[in-house]
Amino acid sequence: MDIFVQQVVSGLATGGIYASLALALVMIYQATDVVSFTQGEMAMFSTYLCWTMLNAGVPYWVAFLSTLALSFVGGIVIQRVIIRPVEQAPILTIVIVTLGLLVIFNSLAGWIWTYVQKPFPSPFPSKPLRAGNVFFSAHDIGAIGITLVVLLCIYVFFRFTPLGLAMRAAAHNPVSSRLVGIRVGWMLALGWGLAAVFGAVAGMMVAPNLTLEPNLMGGVQIYAFAAATLGGFTSPGGAVLGGFIVGVVENLVGTYVSFIGTELKFTVALALIIVVLLVKPTGLFGTTVVKRV
Amino acid sequence: MSAANILLEVRDLEAFYGRTKALHGVSFSMTAGGITTILGANGAGKTTTLRAISRMVRTSGAIRFEGQALEQRATEDVVRLGIAHAPEGRGTFVHLTVEENLRLGAWGRRERGALQEDFARVFSYFPALEGRRRQAAGTLSGGEQQMLAVARALMLRPRLLLLDEPSLGLAPMVVREIFRILRTVNQDAGVTILLVEQNAALALDLADHVFLLETGRIVMEGPSEDLRKDDAIRRAYLGY
Repeated sequence: MDIFVQQVVSGLATGGIYASLALALVMIYQATDVVSFTQGEMAMFSTYLCWTMLNAGVPYWVAFLSTLALSFVGGIVIQRVIIRPVEQAPILTIVIVTLGLLVIFNSLAGWIWTYVQKPFPSPFPSKPLRAGNVFFSAHDIGAIGITLVVLLCIYVFFRFTPLGLAMRAAAHNPVSSRLVGIRVGWMLALGWGLAAVFGAVAGMMVAPNLTLEPNLMGGVQIYAFAAATLGGFTSPGGAVLGGFIVGVVENLVGTYVSFIGTELKFTVALALIIVVLLVKPTGLFGTTVVKRV
Repeated sequence: MSAANILLEVRDLEAFYGRTKALHGVSFSMTAGGITTILGANGAGKTTTLRAISRMVRTSGAIRFEGQALEQRATEDVVRLGIAHAPEGRGTFVHLTVEENLRLGAWGRRERGALQEDFARVFSYFPALEGRRRQAAGTLSGGEQQMLAVARALMLRPRLLLLDEPSLGLAPMVVREIFRILRTVNQDAGVTILLVEQNAALALDLADHVFLLETGRIVMEGPSEDLRKDDAIRRAYLGY
């Protein structure tokens, strides 16, 4: 039982990281109508920016917040400079552009920071927390906390602010949005900015567990895809829940199903994607988008 | 028609969908304060004319609103000049609530405050919407969605209201109600209205001035009383 609770909590911690990146994928999907393959690599790049600041002696939380700000601006710039010119192009073109960005960010990080693994600090104490006979990693608990704070902020932003409302409107109905005066192009750019912020949070929270290297987010990105597919690419709340489910399931399956262990954990995510696509392609909470052609 | 009083002026307007030309040199002007209607059959270019004013279609020719050229502006900037457009198909934000739809209607106006005043005003025109304030707009009936489209446009506090077939697909009683409110809006709030309609009888009753559009050209225009008396119009558009 103790092991079970421990595995669930640790699953929630990684699940929160998947949820953040899944949310980034959903944001991009809503803004740009494509699944972006570059969010993980952007997150990795953001994490390197944070590492560079920390190395220069910047206090953790200052570096953390500066990284979020830089990622936000970076996401907007990428949308305006690279995505916007191909906005009207066929979907495949945009997907290939995001794949290209993936390769660029990955190589750029290797070129700037080399492929040597670097330790990345956690802002939380290294001493485990104890509840009865169960020990929890303080970083796991802290990561869950940070994920929840980010999710709460973004919920409040979309639900209760005029700008959040305008972004939702622009994602759902760009034509009507223009007719009420919303600058739809900028709303999409803001979506990319926010997605970069979620990715950065995911990167900085996962790096202490994995150590920092240019392929940091490769695995996380697959799990985030599984999470977004499970919850539904059209449902931000669903993707977040999907993230937590994938995190917990991954951990429990790795612990209790002996033939899977740690080696085949990855396969679970891919199998999940295939099963969801076969059984319920819209995901648990997604809706079918009907388009007039 | 004194030049100083002209709100909207369209000169030699041509519009294109790809290589297809939908308007072949449309010219007209509208004075402030009235209700003008554009009549015409399906495919005559009525919707395209409104879309041209809102910059949603590629055009050549001149469009001036209160003396300012619109041709080079983006749709969202045209809205900011005070031109509200309730589009074909109503353009409802179906995922959002009625209140959120109305809030969005006020997005493009200069003075952002005092939304409560506007809510009160549009709910006084459309009491049916007030009770559904927190309901998803997609769950409204067709008539209510059309009311919402007009209400959303009014939230801009527009000087010119473009209405595309507000009667389409609605029960006659609902249509009469909407047209009654449009007259009130025009008289009380001083909103100039440009109405596109297939229902010629209704439109002629409401409007003071009429343009008749046929295959992308204006073929006749005049005060609505005159056109109602015209035999050819009566036979072709009123059916008696």
